[in-house]
Amino acid sequence: MRTEDLVDVLGRSHQPVDRAIVRRRFVMALLIGGAFAVCVAIALLGTRPDLATARAVGFVAVKVGFGTAIFSLAAFYLVRIARPGGEGRVSLFVMAAPFLATVALAAAVLAGASPAHWDRMVMGQEWVECLVSIPLIAVAPFAAVIWAARRAAPTDLVGAGAFAGLVAGSISAMAYALHCTDDSLPFVTVWYGGTIALCTLAGALLGPRLLRW
Amino acid sequence: MQSAEPELKALMLASLGGDAAAHRTLLDRLSRHLRGYYRRHLVRSGRGAEEAEDLVQEALLAIHLKRHTFDVETLFTPWVHAVARYKLVDYLRRNRISQSVVPIDDHRDLVATGEEASIESTHDLGRLLGRLPEKTRRTIEAVKLEGKTVAETAARYQMSESNVKITIHRGLKALAALIGRETRA
Repeated sequence: MRTEDLVDVLGRSHQPVDRAIVRRRFVMALLIGGAFAVCVAIALLGTRPDLATARAVGFVAVKVGFGTAIFSLAAFYLVRIARPGGEGRVSLFVMAAPFLATVALAAAVLAGASPAHWDRMVMGQEWVECLVSIPLIAVAPFAAVIWAARRAAPTDLVGAGAFAGLVAGSISAMAYALHCTDDSLPFVTVWYGGTIALCTLAGALLGPRLLRW
Repeated sequence: MQSAEPELKALMLASLGGDAAAHRTLLDRLSRHLRGYYRRHLVRSGRGAEEAEDLVQEALLAIHLKRHTFDVETLFTPWVHAVARYKLVDYLRRNRISQSVVPIDDHRDLVATGEEASIESTHDLGRLLGRLPEKTRRTIEAVKLEGKTVAETAARYQMSESNVKITIHRGLKALAALIGRETRA
């Protein structure tokens, strides 16, 4: 086949292109994935019993705030890195900022507390549940986000997979916060931050397999 | 040669807006850059110009089918370069050729040269089309080989115009998949 012939076919089959479609697919995936995550968290674990109290709302707000900070940045960069060549327009340093800020805050909290309490502040009551739940709840949003990312034709499959995992993990952490009653900042830093990092790693490993186009 | 960027991007924007002539010119221009790029890098691994032409066509199909993923706020040549390089890496992996020939290049490398003279690739368009479903094949043939418009084709086969467009789009996707499968040593 001559390339001119191919160009001819492609030229004739051309039509106006919807330039917003990549963004719209991501919005759709995030809405569906987010709704699924909240439903799974509530159905599987239920909300925390004291959710109606002002004290609990404050703690949930802190955890959701932590999730939102990571989610916003990760989603912003995912829409970039999911497109061809987008890997050059992502800043890992900026992405690490919310994690580093929380680590610093948690360290300050620990420094202000008696070392006798450190173990309880870091390990909480339910660290195992947190470690298992966040990756589990992240499955649905991860699938949704991968669906959208693959259609955006990423050229850095490891990077795009990692950001997909990061987005899914942060959504999942916010949903899990409705249930979790471990409220210390060191706990949130280690177990929320750690499991989100775990989701990111899983995304990076799965990316080349799931995102190829 | 950064000067290619404004011109190529203008063509891409016009193309995305629905300008078929701009789309054609763009693909034609890109095919020369791609040819130069692939020949340069494949020769290093002892591959010939025919295989480079296979890759040119695969990359053109990818650029065409994925053109909605270009973010109009960004530069165009890095986008094309990323697609071209992705297809090169994919090709080397499929053919079990060492990835050491993959250049650590940037987008300037892609538009640095242009290679005018095309040769036949190993793909036989007629034979590839023959492997598509009947309706898809004759729709593409009407529009391509006979130069009919979408409206004329729709009238001839009693299809709606949007149906013709969808059929062609699906057909090209299938064609891209066939070419991808064939571009294997």
